[in-house]
Amino acid sequence: MIERKLTCIVCPLGCELAVTLEENRVLEVRGNTCKRGEAYAQNECTNPKRTVTSTVMCEDGGLVSVKTDEPIPKEKIFECMEIINATTARLPIKIGDVIIKNACGSNIVATQNRSK
Amino acid sequence: MRDLVIIGGGPAGMSAAIAARESGIQDILILERDGQLGGILQQCIHNGFGLHMFGEELTGPEYAWKYEKKVNELGIEYKLNTMVLDITEDKVITATNSNDGVFQIKAKAIILAMGCRERSKGALNIAGTRPAGIYSAGTAQKYVNTFGYLPGKNVVILGSGDIGLIMARRMTLEGSKVHAVCEIMSYSGGLARNIEQCLNDFNIPLRLEHTVVEIHGKDRLEGVTIAKVDQNRKPILDTREYIPCDTLLLSVGLIPENELSKNANIKLSNITNGAVVDQDRQTSVGGIFACGNVLHVHDLVDFVSKEAEIAGKAAAEYIKSGKKQSFVIPIKTDGKIRYTVPQIITEAKDVTVYFRVSDVYKNAKIIITDGDKAILSKSKAKLAPGEMEKIMLKTEQIKNVKELHFSLEV
Repeated sequence: MIERKLTCIVCPLGCELAVTLEENRVLEVRGNTCKRGEAYAQNECTNPKRTVTSTVMCEDGGLVSVKTDEPIPKEKIFECMEIINATTARLPIKIGDVIIKNACGSNIVATQNRSK
Repeated sequence: MRDLVIIGGGPAGMSAAIAARESGIQDILILERDGQLGGILQQCIHNGFGLHMFGEELTGPEYAWKYEKKVNELGIEYKLNTMVLDITEDKVITATNSNDGVFQIKAKAIILAMGCRERSKGALNIAGTRPAGIYSAGTAQKYVNTFGYLPGKNVVILGSGDIGLIMARRMTLEGSKVHAVCEIMSYSGGLARNIEQCLNDFNIPLRLEHTVVEIHGKDRLEGVTIAKVDQNRKPILDTREYIPCDTLLLSVGLIPENELSKNANIKLSNITNGAVVDQDRQTSVGGIFACGNVLHVHDLVDFVSKEAEIAGKAAAEYIKSGKKQSFVIPIKTDGKIRYTVPQIITEAKDVTVYFRVSDVYKNAKIIITDGDKAILSKSKAKLAPGEMEKIMLKTEQIKNVKELHFSLEV
């Protein structure tokens, strides 16, 4: 059994979590103040994921801010950035529009409106 | 004559405008310096906004859009690219833009929502040269996220405020190497989650009790010398260490932007650098209210929006009834509690008092007294300067009180 300390990143409270692990299996989570904290600890110890936010170049040379609409595996962050930076987006763009389909397991969606 | 003029169309200004409209004020005008509403949220493209207000995790532009949509739905008038030059005590606003030229508006009530600005390098006094490549973290954020320019490839960040941490990750994602984040204190002023997901995720070292002691380079930054500091925050010369870099970002605090408030003779607090306000966020000048980061620097935009609702509602009430302050209960603090907002109470009603502490305290007890009389006490496992706390006072607890004294028993 090993004990791992984590800082929960689900919300700005930043609870300090203590996780008891046995062969990559989570036995116990302590220190969390909500259920999402427990889920975070589970994932963080088995398959850590992150939401990636960045910008995509638009056809007029301006930028539109984007995010992965689901968290992606942590080790794929830089691969995802490469896909984002190789893309040029067509205008106009509305918040929520899918800019890139299935990049590292998630769609890349716009988080800003951009007119033509 | 307008009913309500709001200075600033960021999260505070928009939220205040919506609250005032929903409290029955039709004639509202927002004056915004930028070309769009949303303020600084437009460049904060990372997520983590809105958990308190909307129960979901939004990016800055998405959070701003929720309010902008509402402002438009309610038909609240605003002028963009409009710079307010002056406000007087009798609520005359002088502003300018390229369509209207210089113009004046008299308002029944004003809400100040101008936000804050970053503390600059000039205020820091670092020895050495003054080459290109030194930016405030927020300026770098604007370059990267709004204009698409990368300020540099090899980066050192001074100060571990949230914007600095966010930029450490952002520049790393765009291909820069962040060599260190130096923090003069023994703890970070940023949120724990940002230390985790912005620094630890990318193995960026956080150098606590370290500061930049010298800047090197003639035209472009070539490197910085950092050093450990002693208990008095004086650099220990033996620990000097040279780090080659082409970019230094400063994330060393935010200052409420109150030049206009000074023109209107509004009483300011020398601790928050914002106005002294009552529970309605009314300043010392009747009918002028303040909310958001112009009042005191907040950790979360959600709290800015909430505070602005208080100011918006109260301004509406002021316009309708010309509300006066009937008595004044000052709130004093012991220094361990650095400040409270509000700083005075002028009405016997339930009041939530927000406050910040001046150091990290564990297992502390917040004690509120009126002279010898105990009003309220509350135990806290952990208190930190980076995290705003709040405590609720009930009408019965405020009634017949002369003065409220907030202290911390450690």
